[in-house]
Order: sequence, then C-alpha cells, then structure tokens
Amino acid sequence: MELRSKKNPNPTSMLPTLTFLLASAAAGAATETADPPLSPTNIFAPLSTPADSIFSLSLFVLAVTATIFVVVATLLAYSVVKFRKRKNDDGREPPQVYGSNQVELAWTVIPVLIVVALFMATARVIATVQNPAPPGNVVEVIAIGHQFWWEYRYPGLKVVTANELHVPVSDSAHPTPTFIRLLSADTDHSFWVPRLAGKTDLIPNHPNSMWIDPHETGLYLGQCAQYCGTQHAKMLLRVYVRSRDEFERWIEEQRQPAHQSDDVSQGKHIFETTACINCHAVAGTVANGRFGPDLTHLMSRGTIAAGAAANNRENLRLWIRNPDAIKPGSLMPAMQLNDQDVNALTAYLETLR
Amino acid sequence: MSTDAIAWPRSESPSRPFVDQLHEWVTTVDHKRLGILYIVYALIFLVIGGVEALVMRMQLIRPHNDFVSPQVFNRMFTMHGTTIIFFVVMPLVFGFANYLVPLMIGARDMAFPRLNAFSFWLTAFGGVLLYFSLVGANGLYGAGNAPDVGWFAYAPLTSLAFSPGHSTDFWTLGLLVSGFGSIGTAINILTTILCMRCPGMTLGKIPLLAWLNLVMSGLVILAVSPLTAAQLMLLVDRNLGGHFFDTQAGGSAVIWMHFFWIFGHPEVYVLVVPAFAFASEIIPVFSRKAIFGYPVMVAATLAIGFLSMSVWAHHMFTVGMSSNANSFFVLSTMAIAVPTGIKIFNWLATMWGGKIEFRTPMLFCIAFLFQFLIAGLTGIMLGTAPFNWQLSASYFVVAHFHYVIVGAILFAIFGAFYYWFPKMSGKMYNETLGKLHFWLFLIGFHLTFDFMHVPGLLGMPRRIYTYEPGRGWEMWNLIVTVGVVFQTLGVLVFAYNLLWSYFRGQPAGSDPWDAWTLEWSTNSPPPAYNFAAIPTVKSRRPLWDLKHPDDPDWKYE
Repeated sequence: MELRSKKNPNPTSMLPTLTFLLASAAAGAATETADPPLSPTNIFAPLSTPADSIFSLSLFVLAVTATIFVVVATLLAYSVVKFRKRKNDDGREPPQVYGSNQVELAWTVIPVLIVVALFMATARVIATVQNPAPPGNVVEVIAIGHQFWWEYRYPGLKVVTANELHVPVSDSAHPTPTFIRLLSADTDHSFWVPRLAGKTDLIPNHPNSMWIDPHETGLYLGQCAQYCGTQHAKMLLRVYVRSRDEFERWIEEQRQPAHQSDDVSQGKHIFETTACINCHAVAGTVANGRFGPDLTHLMSRGTIAAGAAANNRENLRLWIRNPDAIKPGSLMPAMQLNDQDVNALTAYLETLR
Repeated sequence: MSTDAIAWPRSESPSRPFVDQLHEWVTTVDHKRLGILYIVYALIFLVIGGVEALVMRMQLIRPHNDFVSPQVFNRMFTMHGTTIIFFVVMPLVFGFANYLVPLMIGARDMAFPRLNAFSFWLTAFGGVLLYFSLVGANGLYGAGNAPDVGWFAYAPLTSLAFSPGHSTDFWTLGLLVSGFGSIGTAINILTTILCMRCPGMTLGKIPLLAWLNLVMSGLVILAVSPLTAAQLMLLVDRNLGGHFFDTQAGGSAVIWMHFFWIFGHPEVYVLVVPAFAFASEIIPVFSRKAIFGYPVMVAATLAIGFLSMSVWAHHMFTVGMSSNANSFFVLSTMAIAVPTGIKIFNWLATMWGGKIEFRTPMLFCIAFLFQFLIAGLTGIMLGTAPFNWQLSASYFVVAHFHYVIVGAILFAIFGAFYYWFPKMSGKMYNETLGKLHFWLFLIGFHLTFDFMHVPGLLGMPRRIYTYEPGRGWEMWNLIVTVGVVFQTLGVLVFAYNLLWSYFRGQPAGSDPWDAWTLEWSTNSPPPAYNFAAIPTVKSRRPLWDLKHPDDPDWKYE
C-alpha cells in the first residue's frame, strides 16, 4: 500500500451522522484544527494515516450498526405498544403461532450478507494498517515500556530519550513516517495516542511494531492502555510532532553529550556518588544506569515522571525528596537527602539541557 | 398428571430448632435447596462486588481524586471483576439451573445429588479462599493483601517479581477450586437433561430453558478446563520455579492470554445463554404465545456455543497478531452475530401478535432485549479489528461488557427472580416494589453505562485510578457515578421486596402466571421430591395441553 498522499475526502459527508456526539466529533475531524472537540485524545479526530483509516472504517461500521439499531428497536417499540394487553381484553388467548421457515430464512440470510460486507471492509483496513510498504526515508524508533515510563531510542540517529517522543511531520509531498518497534522491559504495556494510531501492546519477549505519519505539527497526548501495575494511570504519552527542520535541530541537540558546568560540581558529585547512577544515565559522565529515564537532556523535556508533573525546579525537588507525592507507587525511591544536597542536586539537574 | 396442586407432606415443620434446620441446609443434596444456596451465596457476593464498584466510582468522580490510593483501587477492580464473574453471575446461573431444570423436565432431582452438593461447596470455598487473601496474603512487607493483577491477570504481572506475597496465589487457588465446582455442576446438568427427562419428553420437547442450560454446561466443561490448566501452570511458576509465563526466562506472556481468553470468551456465553433461557421462558408466558421458531432457537444456541469456541483472540487484537490471524478472528466474531440476531428476532416474533402483560418479570425481559441489542451492536464495533485498536482497553469496552453483564444478563436474572420467586417461596412478591426496582435500576443502568461509552471514545483507558483534567472526561465520569446511586437504590428495593414478600407476601398458589411448563404443575414451594407422580408429556407446553384440551400443542408440533 502507498502511504496516503492526499487527505481522505471527509467521510462524514457521505454517511449519515449518527448522534450529536459523533456529529460534533466528526466535524472536528473535518476541520482538522489543532484543538479537537471534546478531548485532545478523541479517537474521532485522526491526524495520521492509521488513525484515519480506522476512522473511516468506524464510520461505516457505525452507520451499519445504527441502521440495525433503528430497525430492531422500532420493531421492539412497535410490538410493545401495539400488542400490549388492552383494558377491555376478552380474556382469550391470542392465536398461537409456532414459527415460519420463510421468515427465519429471511432473518438469517440478511445478517449473513451484512456480516460479509463488514468483514470485507474490515479485512481491507487490517491489511492497510498492518502491512504498509514504507517509503525510503523512514524514522525508526524503539519504544521500550518500563514500570511506569517510556524509553525511546533512535537507533539510526544515536539518540536516547524518555517519555516525550519527537517525530517529524509527514506531509504529502515528502512522506516521512515513523516506524516504532515496541519492546517491554518488565510487564505488558500498550502504546496509545488516539489521534495518531490505534493501540499496540508492548509485551516482554514479544516484539511488536506500529507506525504513524502525523499530518500536522503539535503535541499529541495519550497514555499506557494495558494495566501494568500500581502506577498504570500515570504512565502518560506525549508525542511532539515537529517540522522537518525543527526535528533535525532537536536530534542534533540530543546527540550532544551532557552540558558540563563547574558551578554545579557539588550537585554533580552528589549525583555521581549516590544511588542516582544505579538507574539513570547522563551521557559523558560515569552515570550509565538504565532502569530509569536517561537524564542527559532532562531539561529539554516539558514534564517529569512520565507526564505526571511539569518539569520545573519545585517539582524536581519534590520528586527527588518524595516521589510518592507526585506518583505513589512509582519505582523512584525517596532519596533521603538534606535540604542543601537537594538544592545542589536540583541545580545540577537544571543544567542538563 | 393433574393441574391441581399436589398435596405432599412437608418434610419439616417451622418450629424445629435453628441448629436442626441449619444442619439440614448444610447437608442437603436436594436440588432445590442447593439452588437456593447458590442464589443466596451469589447475592451476598453481589453486595460485596457492588460495594467494590461503588468505591471505584467514588474515586473516579473527579480528576486527581484521592478517595483511595492506587494500590487500593487496583485491588478493587481486580476483586470486583473476579467476584462478579465467578462468585455472582456463575452461581446465580447454576442456582437457577439447579432449581429449575429437574422441575421443568419432570425429574425428582439432579442425576448426581451428592456431586451437586460437593460442587456447590467447592464453589463456596473458592469464594471464601479469594476473600481470605484480605487477611492471609501479607507474605512480605508491602506485598499487599487482596489480588491486584486484574481479573484476567496478564503475565508477567502475576510473576513473583511483580506480584510478591501470596495475593495472586489466593486468586489462583480460589478460581481453581471454584472451577472444579463449576465443572462438577456442568456435568450434573448435562447428565440430568440427557438422562432424567420424564416420559414423552423427547429432546425436541424439552423447555428451551433446559436446552440452553445444556449448551451452557457443555461450554463450561470446554471453557473452564483450559483456565484450570493455566491456573496450575501459574501455580507452578510462582511456587515451584516454573517458567511457563516467566518472560525473563524465555516464557511467554502471550500464551497466558490465549489460555485465559479461550476460557474467557466462551465464559461470556456461559453467562449469557442462561439469560437467553430466562427470556425464552418469560417472554412467551407474558405475551400469551408459544415461543416462535423453537427448533431455530435451539439450532441458533448450538451455533452460538460452537462459534463461541473460535473467537477468543478478538480480545487480543492489540497484542500484535498477523493480519491473517486478525482477519480470521474478525470473521468468526462477526459470524456469531447471525445466530444471536436470529434469537432476538424470534423473541420479537413471539411478542408480535400476543397480548403483552407488563408484569415485573416481563419489564425486565423487554429491557433485556433492548439492552442486549445495543450490547450486540457495540460488540460488532469491537469485533472490527481496526476499530478495536482504538476501542479495546478503553472505557468503551468497559461499557460494552457491562451492557452484556448488567444490561442483558443481570436484567434477565432479575426477571427470573420475580418470575420464579412465587414458585420458590410460595409467596407472591409485591408488584409495586418490583416495578419501582425496575424503573430505578433502569434509570441507573442507563445513566451509568450509556455515558460510560463516551470517555472511551475520548481516549480514557480502563483500570486507571485517576485521570488528568482537561481531557474532556470529567462530566461523563460524574454522570456515570451518579447512575450508581440509582442502581444501589434499586437493589435495596429488590432486597427489601424479597425479604418482605418472603415473610408477609400473599400465598402465590401453584400457577400464578397461568404458565405452561411442568414446574407450575406442582406445589409452591415444591415438595422434596417435586412430583407425586412423574408426569407424562406430549408437547413442549404440557400445561397448555391440559388447559386447552380442545386445542393442544401436540397437534401442531
């Protein structure tokens, strides 16, 4: 299959809109604003080919099921009203009807035909999404699920980061889709950014893959969708879709070793002589742990704790002191440092741009 | 056989000491008493499971709420799911089957009365074992008490590394033990229906309720066995150093999913087929018409039973199966819509041209039909693999299966309660309270589970103890929680009605509904051996034949 070069003609104009909700959601998709109606994670506001294909199919399925619903519910309502026992009932039993082969045949064959139609439409979209033919310039990412954060590695570009995925926008003239290989370090997780694609699970010992080609720049939200333990709820996903130039610049920045500054040597010393380095890595220093997020460019991220809190001095201090205050049950231990050490450590972390 | 109630000496007088009565209940092998034991046991767990749901809904009423900790919330949804499936709906289904099947096929008891008692006590012990984890599972500091791995307990979260202590062991053992009880009861029902029918009752003449329970029992044997095998493997992994599901040592997390869902999907039909059975008995009686298309109803049920064994991996569309495997499970899943649709149309055709009386059992069955229709249609959406990639593991799927389990199964079971309560207790329930229960529960159900679909469509995953503001989920979650209040009120009215009617209700007589199956030909409650003389039948509606000797069914069947 070829990656879509033109955006789908808006399917809502072809199919009856079903409910107020779907109507407004679909209208949002048609205008393709950065802020979709109702929710930033609305599945009916797709901005990437896999999510788009699913959206078109879902409108077809919704139209079919809504038609069935209207027909059968009308029949039910009609029989309940029409055949209710009347006040002036004569007390005699109604005529007993035991069945009819013609009628049974009719309501067997018609559903079979509907099922065949639904299946054909579905099988087509399955093949479209699952078996794409990638063009030449593909960005490859390895996403590794951890309890309760995301590790991202760009093997071709030699970049390692955490929790905030950066990908280039994929426009019709030069498609640059991102192919994500999904691995897990511990339990099952699931990668779900509703506006970009359906979810795919990250299962240990069972590598999976998925792809996205976001049509517009911006921040896309999502979160882990497979129960993975205590803090499943705060394993949030943030995908930054950047223009090609911005993405190149971001990659260039991320490839640099950690920023070195003598002003914060005390904090650096604390970092390198406590348990921090058992789990965290800072490129170019002795810290090379891999249980926790890579901190080489910590301050380039908008959030900490997998999206659970904004990345600022106050939250960093709180996170080092008492992670449970932000994310109870996370695997980051409370570091038991005194105020002075926490300040020094935070100052060091703030230089990791 | 006579339509007159058969006088039969009562086996006990009400003045006997409590300990003697208790002893009789505990040692009973009578199918009716075991049926009632199953039902009462399930009702107790229904209250427990309901309270767990209430705790979750209180926590989710607004974003970043701290009503309970994440640890407690995770235990709540694990215990709620496990309790409702294994210790509420299954015992309710088995309880009604135990009570009704022998009566409806003109038998004096189940085929294996002592196996019946053994199976009940195994199931009861399983439930106790699960809840004993609350006090017994604290194997290690910080290991937690109740299980918190989710009701389908995906590997490797259940391994010792991620689930220390003994809570997961209690979960495994509880299901293992009650699973053996389920298999015992299934064998019993199967044998009873095949071997204990009264003279004249060929397989083409047994009431639909018995046919459907026959299919249910077959499914239990086929479905619970793989679950039992998986539980044994998990026990070996956790306690004897096995590596079946230990991914760090080359085990497979996916194989657990296959084992679980090849149980889990037929299990849905184990629960819903008896709901079909209740509807198939209640709808004809209150429409005053014979069931439409009996042979087709039987064939459709068999088709559902057969197909339900081939659809399990539609729970696994997101685990990365090949496109061919996904397509196969889409097709098999959609195929099951055909026999299910046939059943809905046949119930509608039964009502068509009848004289429908809106007594409480019928109200619940009409709501069952409406809600099962919607549950089936959202099932088609979920069965469409690509749509499923968006919907699965979201609140949409939670709303969908609650539509099945509450909207269809529980509504049909409530209908069955009101319909057979006069037979089981000998007393008539209070119709006004029954209708109040119906309307409260209907409003609560729709507030909760209609609106629960929406946050799923807006990207809210299931099993999260809290959520971020600004995702557009707040209002929907609030409405969902408000609905729970109405459901709780409805259940309170139901419980009050049962108790009040049991002690104060009017005598019901043997046949309050002017019904047509054999259970209504004997006393209410039936004597220990059911029938003074084993009846002989000539059609599917023996009491219709007796009441209409000029126009009996056997002339047409």
